[in-house]
Amino acid sequence: MEKQEIDVVTGTATTGHQWDGIKELNTPLPRWWVWVFYATVVWSVLYWLVYPAWPLVSGYTRGLFGYSSRANVAAEITALHTLRGEKAVALASASLEEIEKNPALLAFARAQGKAAFGDNCAPCHGVGATGAKGYPNLNDDDWLWGGTLPAIYQTIQYGIRSGNPEARENQMPAFGKDGVLTRDQVLQVASFVRSLSGQAARPGADLGAGKKIFADNCAVCHGEDGKGNQELGAPNLTDRIYLRGSDEAAIIDIINNGGGGVMPAWTGRLDPATLKSLAVYVHTLGGGK
Amino acid sequence: MSLLSRHAVFERNSILLAVGILVVILIGGVVEIAPLFYLRSTIEKVEGMRPYTPLELVGRDVYVREGCYTCHSQMVRPLRDEVERYGHYSLAAESMYDHPFQWGSKRTGPDLARVGGKYSDEWHVTHLANPRSIVPQSIMPGYGFLAHNEIDAKKIANNMRTLRAVGVPYTDEQIKSAALDLKAQATPDSSDVADLQKRYPRAVARNFDGDAGHVTEMDALVAYLQMLGTLVDFKLYSDKADLR
Amino acid sequence: MAHATARKSMTFGEGGSALVFAVTALLCLVGAARAQDATFAFHAYLSAAASVLAVFMIFSSYSRRPSEPIPAEIDGKPNYNFGPIKFATTAAMFWGIAGFVVGLWAALELAWPALNFDLPWTNFGRIRPLHTSAVIFAFGGNVLLASSLYVVQRTCRVRVAGEIAPWFVVLGYNFFIVIAGTGYLLGVTQSKEYAEPEWYADLWLTIVWVVYLLVFLATLIKRKEPHIFVANWFYLAFIITIAVLHLGNNPALPVSVFGSKSYIAWSGVQDAMFQWWYGHNAVGFFLTSGFLGIMYYFVPKRADRPIYSYRLSIVHFWSLIFLYIWAGPHHLHYTALPDWAQTLGMTFSIMLWMPSWGGMINGLMTLSGAWDKLRTDPVLRMMVVSVAFYGMSTFEGPMMSVKAVNSLSHYTDWTIGHVHSGALGWVGFVSFGAVYCLVPWLWQKKGLYSLKLVNWHFWVSTIGIVLYVSAMWVSGILQGLMWRAYTSLGFLEYSFIETVEAMHPFYVIRALGGLLFVIGSLLMAWNLWMTVKSGEPEAVAARPALQPAE
Ligand code: HEC
Ligand code: HEC
Ligand code: HEC
Ligand code: HEM
Ligand code: HEM
Ligand SMILES: [Ca+2]
Ligand SMILES: [Ca+2]
Ligand SMILES: [Cu+2]
Repeated sequence: MEKQEIDVVTGTATTGHQWDGIKELNTPLPRWWVWVFYATVVWSVLYWLVYPAWPLVSGYTRGLFGYSSRANVAAEITALHTLRGEKAVALASASLEEIEKNPALLAFARAQGKAAFGDNCAPCHGVGATGAKGYPNLNDDDWLWGGTLPAIYQTIQYGIRSGNPEARENQMPAFGKDGVLTRDQVLQVASFVRSLSGQAARPGADLGAGKKIFADNCAVCHGEDGKGNQELGAPNLTDRIYLRGSDEAAIIDIINNGGGGVMPAWTGRLDPATLKSLAVYVHTLGGGK
Repeated sequence: MSLLSRHAVFERNSILLAVGILVVILIGGVVEIAPLFYLRSTIEKVEGMRPYTPLELVGRDVYVREGCYTCHSQMVRPLRDEVERYGHYSLAAESMYDHPFQWGSKRTGPDLARVGGKYSDEWHVTHLANPRSIVPQSIMPGYGFLAHNEIDAKKIANNMRTLRAVGVPYTDEQIKSAALDLKAQATPDSSDVADLQKRYPRAVARNFDGDAGHVTEMDALVAYLQMLGTLVDFKLYSDKADLR
Repeated sequence: MAHATARKSMTFGEGGSALVFAVTALLCLVGAARAQDATFAFHAYLSAAASVLAVFMIFSSYSRRPSEPIPAEIDGKPNYNFGPIKFATTAAMFWGIAGFVVGLWAALELAWPALNFDLPWTNFGRIRPLHTSAVIFAFGGNVLLASSLYVVQRTCRVRVAGEIAPWFVVLGYNFFIVIAGTGYLLGVTQSKEYAEPEWYADLWLTIVWVVYLLVFLATLIKRKEPHIFVANWFYLAFIITIAVLHLGNNPALPVSVFGSKSYIAWSGVQDAMFQWWYGHNAVGFFLTSGFLGIMYYFVPKRADRPIYSYRLSIVHFWSLIFLYIWAGPHHLHYTALPDWAQTLGMTFSIMLWMPSWGGMINGLMTLSGAWDKLRTDPVLRMMVVSVAFYGMSTFEGPMMSVKAVNSLSHYTDWTIGHVHSGALGWVGFVSFGAVYCLVPWLWQKKGLYSLKLVNWHFWVSTIGIVLYVSAMWVSGILQGLMWRAYTSLGFLEYSFIETVEAMHPFYVIRALGGLLFVIGSLLMAWNLWMTVKSGEPEAVAARPALQPAE
């Protein structure tokens, strides 16, 4: 038999074994430890009774109340709609003008629009809707496709060059790449475009020739005076608000290569009330017409 | 304490101890994992799921290789705020062809399960190459190098064959035309696009990276991101049928 | 060789393994020649070189050894084999520092993303798995190898089984680490957390691990003690279970046997369940069971006190290993995993609380009657604090397993905080304690070069841990609350990007904590280096006494 001895410090017996000088006390299990363990077992068994828990041959135990996390979230969303209350109901049926005229509804729509903007629009248009290169600033009153409430709503619903059948389409042609204009002509018209917003032309540039090229090729979209056309999404070239930069290189680039950014369509992805709210929110950002 | 004194059996016999351990640790795993393979309620019945197109598959492999899962989840939980922020909660069916799954465990960046169609290709390309040029607050690394890595279209058929061996239902035809399909999806005006879409319903062909003539890993990754979460037709899906 | 006596000849083991390695070298060269991708070729060349080196090492050790096989006993005392243990201990220190530095780098990248340099090899997505594998498998793994091979010899009072086999385990395991780590940097990964290595590394690890199991079991079988010491139960459970988990989570089909890419057999929800059955139990058996083995030997040894309760060790051992396996689904709460499985994951995690605390009680209460030693012995203090951290994270874990709590904590930095209170506090500190004990024992020195430096290490690292963990708790809970915050009108209050911005200060504090932890580990490396280099040799009589039982 093993030599069991009494440990002098604790007064407890050892098991009598020894490994490389290490002994073990034969202390009983701490009572509280055992009881807390039992409690967790009892709690678990109760939990299994209430919630789906054990897999069976062709199903699983469903628990007393048929809980399901998916049913739960459906209920929570319904509760959320109740929390938003009548205003949400009113918003769903109101037209854009009605929302604008009703201050309470307007504030509500703005709140909803702001929330949706942060996760859906801000990645392109920036956190403060101030835009980025290629992505328009939505705070100013310079609009590519129009800053009225219906125009904005239309843009958000169907997008721009988004592939949606209702999308706003028109593009800037690639005059250089497609060989419509020669290299020199591109340089001339670029200088002219810069002069429209009072920027310095390239030394020795023939602005007269540029003006002529502009009238022949560009005016259809950007207008004789270069003030743009919102029907066509053709930007105003006389302000210094440029989507892709107003330096000469950027302007030459777009005349050469054409193109136009893509704004996604949001119908289908966001619900109709959110779409309306976004339009209202963007419209009231500061530049709305 | 008689039970505890019987424990000496295990302490005296290493093989018995080893076998005891093995038996004890097998139980839990078997009970939890095996039913996932035989219970039909595990994976919902849905309309629209199909295997990845060759280009999307290459994109997915890039996603795996770069470790995007270390920051992004692909699993919208059935919680109110997540459903509102990201869209419909994710279904098990949506990852049934995913070898390996990419649900993730950390959201340093947002969930990507439904990012498909949310942004433009151009946005993705700019963002992947230099996230802070477009989202100044971002802490995501830049992946500009992907645009320089051209894809060898010939190789992808082997990957599809391997996936078929582990259970993805690629057809012989899909595997045979893999290289063609891969190029077609990145060349929107190609005459092969119609065939691609016949083989892979709802596949979208675009010049994803804006660089015509080269099919790069950037094309592939953007093609993958743009289809995430877009396959299941939720108009035809009944939530009620799958409460579990 | 000319001077060898006529009777000296190669053992079957020596000749056989030299042959196997020679053939392996050839096969690897074929693999390299036919490789489908550059990384595979690189790894094949590396393996060929390693195999040649192995052949060379077998021959050189053969030519150096006397003609008789190495005796298992000298003068009736076991002739312990410490060579592989010294190697693993050194490797642990090396990988530990490497892994902590990479962790620090990852932390800095999250605070200042420019540090990604937008290169493939340095971006966060590749660095992060490098960090987790380096600290868990390279650092933790080598500590486990070293300590288990040491403990099993001393508590069985026999020389470890095999001569080549223990070296094979230690060197083969570290070779696996090299393959895995360089693979991550070059973009070779399965992307399964904590199981990122690709198929060929997995296969290699399987071989190494089986040999490890055999060496360990064979040593147990030939033991001179009637009973198996409790630490060895935990080590054995760790070795067996990791083998099972590794096999279950990694069955993958390579696209080509000459290429690095493979696809895992499982998909979607089943793959998720396999992954977290593995992932959770990598925590349970690698980071817990194995390190409890360390605790059960080194704490009583260092405190020179008997283990608190034999009965508790039995009950908590079996309940721990039985219950741990079930808890995996707590990593998949509210996902597309069926609700029933989530319930099981949650309830078994709750039941796991007391079995976990059984280990903590046995560790802490072993100090009863010796608490005063904590004031004078910073090594013991480190181990005791580690047991306290163990208790803390095994309280926090069950709490986070409750679905309501997890709905907030999951996906956030709270998980990262929990991980590092366990990883830095428990795994880190208990490893440091064990290595501080082992180095003087292995290199036969009277003691450490400087206990004062250990004291500094202890305090610098403790402050580091506190900064790290508290920063992550705050940022995690803040993040979780911001994600679900609603305005009074019932709309989401914050956009995702606002939550990213809000994390910045905490990421800076975390990096600072990490820096302190790194500094601590450098102090340790210096201290150990000086101990080995210039420590006072131990008088032979003072070596740890060998006391046979009965
Ligand atoms: C993928 C990036 C992207 C996202 C996301 C995005 N937009 Fe846009 N948006 C654009 C681009 C690009 C344009 C300019 C298109 C052009 O060049 O004509 C634009 C234009 C607009 C315009 C028209 C501006 C004008 O001057 O006429 C409005 C209004 C607008 N976006 C609102 C929104 C709202 C609201 C959202 C969120 C629901 C949103 N955008 C999301 C890219 C985006
Ligand atoms: C078919 C209509 C059309 C014609 C013709 C056209 N443009 Fe444009 N242009 C556009 C559109 C649409 C855009 C906006 C592109 C976008 O949204 O990115 C644009 C954008 C521009 C821009 C960039 C404005 C900014 O804000 O960054 C410049 C500069 C420009 N055009 C110059 C010209 C010149 C010079 C010509 C003639 C040589 C011309 N355009 C002819 C439609 C046209
Ligand atoms: C260091 C963490 C990190 C890594 C690694 C990372 N991301 Fe991100 N990602 C972020 C953060 C933070 C954001 C949110 C800010 C932003 O939009 O850049 C984000 C945003 C995104 C978005 C926009 C999502 C949305 O809905 O707004 C996409 C798409 C994306 N990442 C894709 C990827 C891909 C693909 C990879 C791998 C190649 C990757 N990310 C790697 C952190 C990361
Ligand atoms: C200097 C010390 C360390 C620093 C600075 C550090 C830093 C980090 C960082 C920045 C991450 C990524 C977190 C994220 O994605 O948000 C991480 C993850 C991780 N680290 Fe560390 N770490 C350190 C030490 C350790 C140690 C010693 C261990 C283990 C023994 C460890 C285990 C882990 C694990 C398991 C993860 C993944 C967590 C998860 O996915 O939930 N770390 N660490
Ligand atoms: C009773 C003991 C424990 C339980 C019940 C437990 C529970 C949990 C839970 C609920 C999570 C979060 C899962 C998620 O939301 O994604 C988690 C994560 C984690 N825990 Fe523990 N934990 C325990 C002990 C420990 C210990 C001692 C460590 C030691 C280091 C540890 C390491 C980890 C790691 C590394 C993760 C991150 C996994 C990932 O990558 O997501 N845990 N644990
Ligand atoms: Ca993780
Ligand atoms: Ca693996
Ligand atoms: Cu876990």
